[in-house]
Amino acid sequence: MGQLAQNLTDIGYMDTLAAGFTRLHRLDPRAKLLTTALFIVAVVSFGKYEVSALLPFLLYPVYLAAQGRLPVGHLLKKVLLVSPFAVVVGIFNPFLDSGVLLRVGDFGVSGGWVSFASILLRFFLTVSAALLLLALTGMNSICEALLRLGVPKAFVVQLLFLNRYLFSLTAEAESMSRARALRSAGRGGMGFGVFIQILGHLLLKTLDRAERVYRAMLCRGFDGHIRVARFSNIGRPELLFCGAWTALFIVFRFVNLPVALGQAVTGLLK
Amino acid sequence: MHMADALLSPAVGGTMWTVSGGLLAYSAKKVREEADDRKVPLMGVLGAFIFAAQMINFTIPATGSSGHMGGGMILAILLGPWSAFLVMASVLTVQALFFADGGLLALGCNIFNLGFFTCFVAYPLIYKKIAGDGLDGRRIMLGSTLAGIAGLQLGAFGVVVQTLASGISELPFKTFVMLMQPIHLAIGLVEGLVTAGVVSFILKARPEILAAATERKPIGVSVKGALAGLTAAAVLTGAALSWFASANPDGLEWAMLRTSGKEELESGAKVHGLLASLQEKTSFLPDYGFKKAEVVHEPAAEEGGTQAAPEAGEQAPWPAVDAGTSVAGLVGGLLTLALAGLIGFALRRRNAAA
Repeated sequence: MGQLAQNLTDIGYMDTLAAGFTRLHRLDPRAKLLTTALFIVAVVSFGKYEVSALLPFLLYPVYLAAQGRLPVGHLLKKVLLVSPFAVVVGIFNPFLDSGVLLRVGDFGVSGGWVSFASILLRFFLTVSAALLLLALTGMNSICEALLRLGVPKAFVVQLLFLNRYLFSLTAEAESMSRARALRSAGRGGMGFGVFIQILGHLLLKTLDRAERVYRAMLCRGFDGHIRVARFSNIGRPELLFCGAWTALFIVFRFVNLPVALGQAVTGLLK
Repeated sequence: MHMADALLSPAVGGTMWTVSGGLLAYSAKKVREEADDRKVPLMGVLGAFIFAAQMINFTIPATGSSGHMGGGMILAILLGPWSAFLVMASVLTVQALFFADGGLLALGCNIFNLGFFTCFVAYPLIYKKIAGDGLDGRRIMLGSTLAGIAGLQLGAFGVVVQTLASGISELPFKTFVMLMQPIHLAIGLVEGLVTAGVVSFILKARPEILAAATERKPIGVSVKGALAGLTAAAVLTGAALSWFASANPDGLEWAMLRTSGKEELESGAKVHGLLASLQEKTSFLPDYGFKKAEVVHEPAAEEGGTQAAPEAGEQAPWPAVDAGTSVAGLVGGLLTLALAGLIGFALRRRNAAA
């Protein structure tokens, strides 16, 4: 399977996951969205040399994945294969910041390595939280939540349309791209000229499709307003979910639990 | 070139969210005022086109690498800046969710870097000026190539400024700029050529599409008003967040805004425009010691250490390394990891049994 087809399957798979029926899936999307946002802000608000205090935050993605019965292996692979900009920028830290910050016995660890580890951990936490939010909620429900949280309707409708036509157009691009690959002996047809032709034709097809969609909408009584369905409500489970995690995030943010735990254990050993 | 959550501080991320959110609301209003029903599906489907087109690659001769399209400029040319900004923002949102490109906090930065600069700077100030309202093939080619390059150069510079203002990366300003700008000159050239190629293709195949697009009114005077409002909003958010940071004794390290918050407010009174304020932010950076010696468990050492150590490097400015805390941190960290794993495992077992 080509890269493009793989991407398409991945996108579809996220929607399949979002169609689950666990308690977490049934929560109002606003609760999940706001809690995830708070989680991300709490994670990135630490100083750049913080590693140990970030670790308890792992509980949130672990809980979501386990309680939502999501395939951990697949999601981990997605997180690790994600675009590495943060890692590429972060890898300079160990070379630029060589003051010793951490000492274990005779072994000193420089500040750069500590901050690099911190970047990797932040990266893992924020990226996995975003992916899990989607896998537990689905794009349509996220759009509903956005609308009810006051995001402009034009943008929400745009997101809904984009999500709806993503599959058809990516499938179209995939078949064009495969046709090109099959006709390119060696690298013959993979150059700029053919690429532009493909994009141009895809754009023309897209514009025609937009026109067809518009006519179909008119036939079904489109009056310039899109109505977004509302399904869920804030109830006790939502308040409990938001409240409990907010409290935990506050504790994790202001109390360094791993250090306290480590001091207790090393104290016992002495 | 997507900015990432891991490199951002909450103050910078929050400020950029405010700015992009404001632009989004204003663009949504503009699009609604256009009251063009036909545009609703057109924008949606074009967004999907950008998404799909980004997945098609071509081989760049002599380098062995492959390039693809960013797409902001094509959107601006076909839809006008307001709609194009909305579409670009939606594409970036979906990428952030589906592919975890960047992340949710960084979304504000990414919408600004890839949407604002392309739709509201490169398109009206470069493409429109060169291509004009006619359908001259060569002018359109030149305009879209140059606008593509300029858009990406500004976007890359945005990434540099946001990263440095956050203070998580150690890269000094000059090195980072020297790293980012040339790379994005190449990427921008590819982007510009792709845009030019696709637009000329459309010009030959269906010129009426471009004719209809150029007929639309260019963005008028209101941009200035909107920019002034946004600058004010950005400065206010930045100031508020930095006040919160410095009021917090736990030492949330938002040092950039703490040192520069006051000067920013003063320039906010004059309203130089958004670019000017970004420019000023960068000129603060050399003064700001990136080698901040900070140990979170020792807030007392941190206050004295930062001011006195512009270059650090020596032993003295570093806060004393407490071996006991380090070991405790390591042991506790490993235990926490094990605990988190155990909890996840237990939850799974329970769910499987249920």
